[in-house]
Amino acid sequence: MNAPAYNFAYLDEQTKRMIRRAILKAIAIPGYQVPFASREMPMPYGWGTGGVQVTAAILGPQDVLKVIDQGSDDTTNAISIRKFFAKTAGVATTTATIDATVIQTRHRIPETALHENQVLVYQVPIPEPLRFLEPRETETRRMHALAEYGLMHVKLYEDIARFGHIATAYAYPVKVNARYVMDPSPTPKFDNPKMDNCPALQLFGAGREKRIYAIPPYTQVVSLDFEDHPFEPYRFNAPCALCGTENSYLDEIVTDDQGSRMFVCSDTDYCEGRQAVGHHGSLSAAPYKDKAGPHG
Amino acid sequence: MTTIAELPPGFADKVLSAQSTFRSVMDAMARPGSVQRIVPTAGTALTMMRGTAAIALTLFDHDTPLWLDARMTEASDVVKWLKFHTGAPVVQDSSIAAFALISDGGSLPALERFALGTNEYPDRSTTLILQVDSLDAGRGFELRGPGIDGVATLHASIKPFDLFERLRVNEALFPRGIDLVLVADDAVVAIPRTTRVVNKGS
Repeated sequence: MNAPAYNFAYLDEQTKRMIRRAILKAIAIPGYQVPFASREMPMPYGWGTGGVQVTAAILGPQDVLKVIDQGSDDTTNAISIRKFFAKTAGVATTTATIDATVIQTRHRIPETALHENQVLVYQVPIPEPLRFLEPRETETRRMHALAEYGLMHVKLYEDIARFGHIATAYAYPVKVNARYVMDPSPTPKFDNPKMDNCPALQLFGAGREKRIYAIPPYTQVVSLDFEDHPFEPYRFNAPCALCGTENSYLDEIVTDDQGSRMFVCSDTDYCEGRQAVGHHGSLSAAPYKDKAGPHG
Repeated sequence: MTTIAELPPGFADKVLSAQSTFRSVMDAMARPGSVQRIVPTAGTALTMMRGTAAIALTLFDHDTPLWLDARMTEASDVVKWLKFHTGAPVVQDSSIAAFALISDGGSLPALERFALGTNEYPDRSTTLILQVDSLDAGRGFELRGPGIDGVATLHASIKPFDLFERLRVNEALFPRGIDLVLVADDAVVAIPRTTRVVNKGS
């Protein structure tokens, strides 16, 4: 009676075929959003239904899956999705970026450089970069057809006119393979340079908006900018309080109501990996290796 | 007259075989010029290579109009096998086909006869699956484009001989275009519309 009533990796085969065909076209036309018949998933929209469907369509028994949410392996969303595939597909899971073959992510690209045998699957809320500038799908589709992206430059210019610099800090638009302007999903713009010439395949799934798009490996991805206002990745000007790195993207954590705060790596695997080899920051409680001692 | 009972079988394990085949095709499409292997096998008639048969079982269904070249069409076993196992409607009009299966490359129709997509929907194009003699020996080709770290080299024995010259229409058409999957037995190489191929001689 306990036999599972669902298929391997939850989705039925007909749905997987449809998604797989969309993925192949997405890879063939880098940055172009391929419409697909997104299904209801056993989780609400906004929890990564697009990414989950893409992952379900590519996942096999030999894969090792990692799921991150804002860089963290330990949030509700990441744990739920990891358990979902451990249960429905029986795949091995990991938190180590280097060991994963499929990484599903919400809003971050891991700090550890990706390699050729990996697929990065992004959860995307709004796939259309022009949507807030032009609400009509017929119009944005035509703009993509004509590669008419002046409006996006006007938006970035208005940032400069108003704030003196390009104030867009996340979901920063990129141009893929010198053709399609693409929304990299709400990753911080700090992560944009990692998309360029990346050895791993990058797939994007938007469940509610029913779109799949892709960046093949070793593909040029350029963040839009101006000659006199070049693109600049942003991070808080501080070292990580736990591992001391000056190179990672940081979360700001408020620690009391007196205005105290600490900055820590958003990528938990990267931070723990550094602590494990002896790096520590200003607020580390104790060297990592002692942690397991008295309590464990 | 072949009855259904006499038709060669499909995948032994539908789900995992389709997954493994898809990953090979996805890797091929993501890394143009790289030779991927298709492991799962399905029974099929001689006109269709085992790689082609596995791709058919993995990607074709009632939503994918299928165009077959004359040699495939003549092999009534192949047509019956495809219809029984995939349910894909076989169409005469190549311009509405989602996939085209070509076993006789020498008589490949002009590429403009297939669906090229539109500028608004460039994904609505035919994926050509072309059976070739060899994907590890033969003339040398240099490939450049997305998915390739610099230059990829492919040695292949392909008909028609001017295939890659004809594929140059993809340059002017982009984002419209033809995506090509080459199959030799269990080996697969994909040439998406973004790949530029130069003949390197032998």
